[in-house]
Amino acid sequence: MNFTLRIWRQKNAAAKGGMVTYSVRGVCADSSFFEMLDTLNQQLVDEGAEPVCFDHDCREGICGTCSLYINGRPHGPVKGVTTCQLHMRSFADGDTINIEPWRAKAFPIVRDLIVDRSALDRINQAGGYVSVNSGGVPDANAIAVRKADSDAAFDAAACIGCGACVAACANAAAMLFIGAKVSHLALLPQGKVEARERVLTMVECMDGLGFGGCSNTYACEAECPKGISVANIAMLNREFLSSAIRKDKAKPFSGGF
Amino acid sequence: MTRLNAAIPEGPLADKWTAYHSGCRLVSPGNKRKLDIIVVGTGLAGASAAASLGELGYNVKAFCYQDTPRRAHSIAAQGGINAAKNYPNDGDSVHRLFHDTVKGGDYRAREGNVYRLSEVSNQIIDLAVAQGVPFAREYGGLLANRSFGGAQVSRTFYARGQTGQQLLLGAYGALNRQIAAGTVTLFNRRDVLDTVLVEGRARGIIARNLVTGEIEKHAAHAVVIASGGYGNVFYLSTNAMGSNVTPVWSAYRKGAMMANPSFTQIHPTCIPVHGDAQSKLTLMSESLRNDGRIWVPLHKKDVERLRSGEVQPSEIAESERDYYLERRYPAFGNLVPRDVASRAAKERCDAGYGVGRTGVAVYLDFADSIKRKGRDTIEALYGNLFDMYRQIVAEDPYETPMMIYPAVHYTMGGLWVDYELMTTIPGLYAIGECNFSDHGANRLGASALMQGLADGYFILPSTISRYLADEIHTPRIDSSSSEFTLAAEAATDRLKKLLNTKGTQSVENFHRRLGKIMWEYCGMSRNEEGLKKALELLAELKEEYRIGVRVPGGLDEFNPELEKAWRVADFIELGELMVRDALQRRESCGGHFREEFQTPEGEALRKDDEFAFVAAWESMAGGVEPEMHREPLEFLDIKLSQRSYK
Repeated sequence: MNFTLRIWRQKNAAAKGGMVTYSVRGVCADSSFFEMLDTLNQQLVDEGAEPVCFDHDCREGICGTCSLYINGRPHGPVKGVTTCQLHMRSFADGDTINIEPWRAKAFPIVRDLIVDRSALDRINQAGGYVSVNSGGVPDANAIAVRKADSDAAFDAAACIGCGACVAACANAAAMLFIGAKVSHLALLPQGKVEARERVLTMVECMDGLGFGGCSNTYACEAECPKGISVANIAMLNREFLSSAIRKDKAKPFSGGF
Repeated sequence: MTRLNAAIPEGPLADKWTAYHSGCRLVSPGNKRKLDIIVVGTGLAGASAAASLGELGYNVKAFCYQDTPRRAHSIAAQGGINAAKNYPNDGDSVHRLFHDTVKGGDYRAREGNVYRLSEVSNQIIDLAVAQGVPFAREYGGLLANRSFGGAQVSRTFYARGQTGQQLLLGAYGALNRQIAAGTVTLFNRRDVLDTVLVEGRARGIIARNLVTGEIEKHAAHAVVIASGGYGNVFYLSTNAMGSNVTPVWSAYRKGAMMANPSFTQIHPTCIPVHGDAQSKLTLMSESLRNDGRIWVPLHKKDVERLRSGEVQPSEIAESERDYYLERRYPAFGNLVPRDVASRAAKERCDAGYGVGRTGVAVYLDFADSIKRKGRDTIEALYGNLFDMYRQIVAEDPYETPMMIYPAVHYTMGGLWVDYELMTTIPGLYAIGECNFSDHGANRLGASALMQGLADGYFILPSTISRYLADEIHTPRIDSSSSEFTLAAEAATDRLKKLLNTKGTQSVENFHRRLGKIMWEYCGMSRNEEGLKKALELLAELKEEYRIGVRVPGGLDEFNPELEKAWRVADFIELGELMVRDALQRRESCGGHFREEFQTPEGEALRKDDEFAFVAAWESMAGGVEPEMHREPLEFLDIKLSQRSYK
């Protein structure tokens, strides 16, 4: 198969970028999208040009490193897959394919198609965990969890942190990402203890990082390669509201024993 | 003269770790704050170690080449994690897990280490649950288990087919908590290029900031390498594209010994190679062998008809199929260990019974299980794996059998470490897949996650205090000393040399050629003639690389080609060492199969009287061949026998 590629090239964060057109030939239909880009890069190296930089690692759909905006959609045209699991058989021979980086204020461009997503790490650092140490925990089966709750927690925990939800959102909101983490932990007895504080600190952190607000278009769910449900945003809002109300009501402790 | 002393504690096997633990020297909280530790890698081992050391109050610097710690390749582990909980009441115990692991490793691991691993396994499950890892559960709300290869009990805990992901996110959460607390500082998008020694002790590293290209000097009282395995030496493997041997190799060049480097795990159930442009292979979890049956046609006439698409696999009658694992190994059937299953698949394909377009594949068939348990049950157990298969191969495994073939997956070899997980360089530790310690010549399924987390959460945080207790009077290490400056200059020189070679072939090109040599001569089966040939080919490749590699771009910028160029240079050198190791080991054991040494049934034939030792290789200066040291393996609890899964 042969393709015409229009790819965003940008030397570094400070440089001005633009779309550059390339053609790539002799691609096998069973090749993955990245193997197609590997073929292009091999051509570029052979010609003495600089290859296109893109983020990728596991190439099996689980690490969440890949982040291409293909023909106007995060991770391309196939629902429920990451860019690395997209195969060229999903395109027609001779197609022109537009490839851009994630575009969001909170994700500055590093080079070409690579963006800096450390804002997502910072949100997780603001409470996206259960505060236990490596030791002194109860036997695993001392904590029974309803299977339905455990399964729902897993569904939320399946988020790979790729940021497609942010890239898909007109407001570049990170509500699905943060909602998934808040739900995962709030659904489990282990995570309930800190649930109220967690949601407040994570949302506060998110607000300070340049993400937009949610306007319920559900583009995030539609483009999430792991099918994370917008129900997690509803749960985030519920958790946030009830925690915020309780926080306002809580009076500083002034009594004595 | 040998410098190898594993320092296994005295006393009965079952008491060693407890005795060590309770006698180990400690560092007071006030002093921990003054001690710095560098951790290289943020997979299960690195993230759990950095988090645990941070919790204890040490000052930790964590490094990863990825943009975030959560993407380390542990994330891709699918099937599960073993522990000796015996929740299913099927006869498991710490001793049985220990026994299965030593036997599964074909008696090439240390008893003391493996027993400790089995003991610690239960604590890992407790901790992961406390962190909120959503393991699979039964309707009663308690944890579920499944079986893995090489065991007759169900001791594997799992989170659908994404156990590594969920455990890594647990460790990442613990790490994030320490980053927020200020005990851990994260350095992402860094390649660790060198280990810095001061007066013979590991005192820091040289890192390259992958975004700016800046060469950085980082100092600490101790350095922990947790950089994972080196399967990418084969080019095609189930490893992530960025997985590399560079931090390990830098330590080897500085004097840390490499143990059993030729011990490689070829995983039996991977999606077969589709073509020349292929960049990586994808694993289909071993857990699938709980419900999938492996077969090829019994008759050659069906092979042809299947390859040409004239008939579908479902049309081959039951009596016309060869369920070769069930036939050869009735006691374990489809759940034999990985090395055995891989070789059996190769044997059938080499004999001309392979299926698929290329003839290099066997079937993994779920029809029976779907009939018996229902499609919904199979979907709940393996849904994400089936989806992944369908996406890659464009066939529906609910309707037609999967096609699978073995692929490079894990490396049992690695940096030699003693009982405390310290390498032969004082103050330099190696944990997780990058050390050699616990899996012998073959790792059992669901034991990698167990070992990575055992090392990181529980073993290293305890053993490192013995070393650091002597360091409380050592002031913060100065990274402006001449040792650091020289190492930084050497790294810059090597990078410049790669850029200035200005040859004609891309790094990728060399890497593919390296992979072909390694797979052909040092892969699933090896022989003396082939290994000797590989040594010649690798020497040629190394020289060609030196003068002929083309690396575009500059030094002071984001330059993935330059990153790869350094990694592949290290891989070529590693390849030579692997071949040397495979050549000297004139026996077959586990994943190391020397064609000259096999039983009449084609099973691996060990030679315990000659080769019951760990081969630890020491790098020599000035182009001299590396020197091999032997650490004899003593088996006091387990009786050595020819492995049998029949």
